Amino acid sequence: MKSDALILTDAEQSMMAGEQGAAMAMAMTLLTSYARIVGARRLLEVEQAHIDGCLYHGQASLDFVDRLVSHGGRVAVPTTLNVGSVDLVHPGLVRVQRRDDPRRLLMERHEQLGCRPSFSCAPYQHAMRPGFGQQIAWGESNAVVFANSVIGARTNRYGDFIDLCCAIAGRAPAYGLHLDEHRRGQHLFRLDADCLTLDGDKLYVGIGALIGARAGMAIPVIEGLPPGSEDQLKALGAVAASTGSVGLFHVLGQTPEAPDLRTACGGQEPALVTRLSARDVQQALQHLSTVDEQHPIQALSLGTPHYSLAQLRELARLSAGWAAAPGVQVYCNTSREIWAQAMNESTGPVIRDSGIQPVLDTCVYVTSILDHRVKTLMTDSGKLAHYAPGNLGVRVAFGSLQDCMASAQAGRVVRVTP
Amino acid sequence: MTTLRLRCLLAPTEPIAAPAVGFDVGLSFWGGFDVSNGCIIDRSHPGHGQCLTGKILCLPSGRGSSSSSSVLAEAIRLGSAPAGIVLAHDDPLIVTGALVAQMLYQKLCPILTLVEPLGSIAALTSARAAVLPVPGHADEAVLELDD
Repeated sequence: MKSDALILTDAEQSMMAGEQGAAMAMAMTLLTSYARIVGARRLLEVEQAHIDGCLYHGQASLDFVDRLVSHGGRVAVPTTLNVGSVDLVHPGLVRVQRRDDPRRLLMERHEQLGCRPSFSCAPYQHAMRPGFGQQIAWGESNAVVFANSVIGARTNRYGDFIDLCCAIAGRAPAYGLHLDEHRRGQHLFRLDADCLTLDGDKLYVGIGALIGARAGMAIPVIEGLPPGSEDQLKALGAVAASTGSVGLFHVLGQTPEAPDLRTACGGQEPALVTRLSARDVQQALQHLSTVDEQHPIQALSLGTPHYSLAQLRELARLSAGWAAAPGVQVYCNTSREIWAQAMNESTGPVIRDSGIQPVLDTCVYVTSILDHRVKTLMTDSGKLAHYAPGNLGVRVAFGSLQDCMASAQAGRVVRVTP
Repeated sequence: MTTLRLRCLLAPTEPIAAPAVGFDVGLSFWGGFDVSNGCIIDRSHPGHGQCLTGKILCLPSGRGSSSSSSVLAEAIRLGSAPAGIVLAHDDPLIVTGALVAQMLYQKLCPILTLVEPLGSIAALTSARAAVLPVPGHADEAVLELDD
């Protein structure tokens, strides 16, 4: 039986027995139960963690962290925090907010455990970015797929409670994407040459949406994708982890474990090969919009995942001499750390002066920022476009950043890039 | 009466007698289940609108968001959760949610998996059913269904 297979070191047995405090014992109890269910034979040491538990899902979210705090819990490794439900830098932005709002307390309690108040879904853009081959324990699907694919660090997607247990124990179950044998590409997606006629940002999002929907549990390998920026790879991974459950993808010639097809597939042939045409990509992009061109919009949300400094600079460039149409609210989601860097140069002031509202620590897509007049939202994020109709109850239009800026100016959906 | 063997991921301490409701589609507690009334709110789910509170819920597996652990723990705290969950496949997210609720609130929602594969989980629906511990075998239980 699986439950007999997990072997703990002497140190781990001591942690489990409460010799390093009640919080450690609690974390180890949950972690070993989880490890047995996923069939891990041992735990492995992780060098850092990223916690997705700051979003408030009810009293149990807060009670769990409170229990760890009251038992003297501390994270054992450097640990960053994902977005919370509240913008602590702009406290008026999220509606209904009191000092003792449990959503706010949940974010603060995590800091008491020693977590860094990064409050970003893009920890890979921060100073604590992990390195190639490092074992880490991360939550948040876009962060996980970026760490595995673009950096070559190693993590499974750790969900609520377990990510924090990993941080406190400094351990993760040795299974899945932590191990070489589960990182091999299995499903090859081969792009037709006509894909190169598409706008680069849109191509990356469209390919992400397609591999998410079609790869299932297999690890996708992409061939024929023109060289892209880290931000484009970030967008690809985020949407692939939304339309599907991709935790690792390889792009031949671009991502670190895929110098060539043979290496990416661990010396084996891919089990499946799928060709993708420009038409497939365009259809996938159309699925990300629930309204047609010319449809009126009331809001634009940029930065899901959180914008990088490079993306903020591009936004600043496009917002010179630009203004949104009356009645169109424009939000840009990023982290407090990246925004501070933008405010140290002209980027931040230019964006702010053009009427764009920076949203820090959280994201338009997870909390109540949009007001009830917003019926249709535009975004440059495939991830937000995928989730907005269900999460926010709005209609949605996806477009490139240029499309988005032109649309916000016109007050209706306009497309300027192919 | 139908009797099926179960393996315990989180063992029951006493028999559970309750109606059983089964589905052939997994359920994401996050976004798919309303903790305030115990109902399935995922419109694409075959059980949309059904109340699961106090029932023996049978599923192929959980599905979707890793926030499902939090939502299940909250449902157990509020008393709107199923009385127990029988799965065809091991699901660490569901067990984590139930374990956290047990730690924090001493409220038990046993989680079990079927020992033998079954063609249809939806067939595990019955007005009278029970999950019974097996004396002397802490990690075994049985599911009994009135036909």
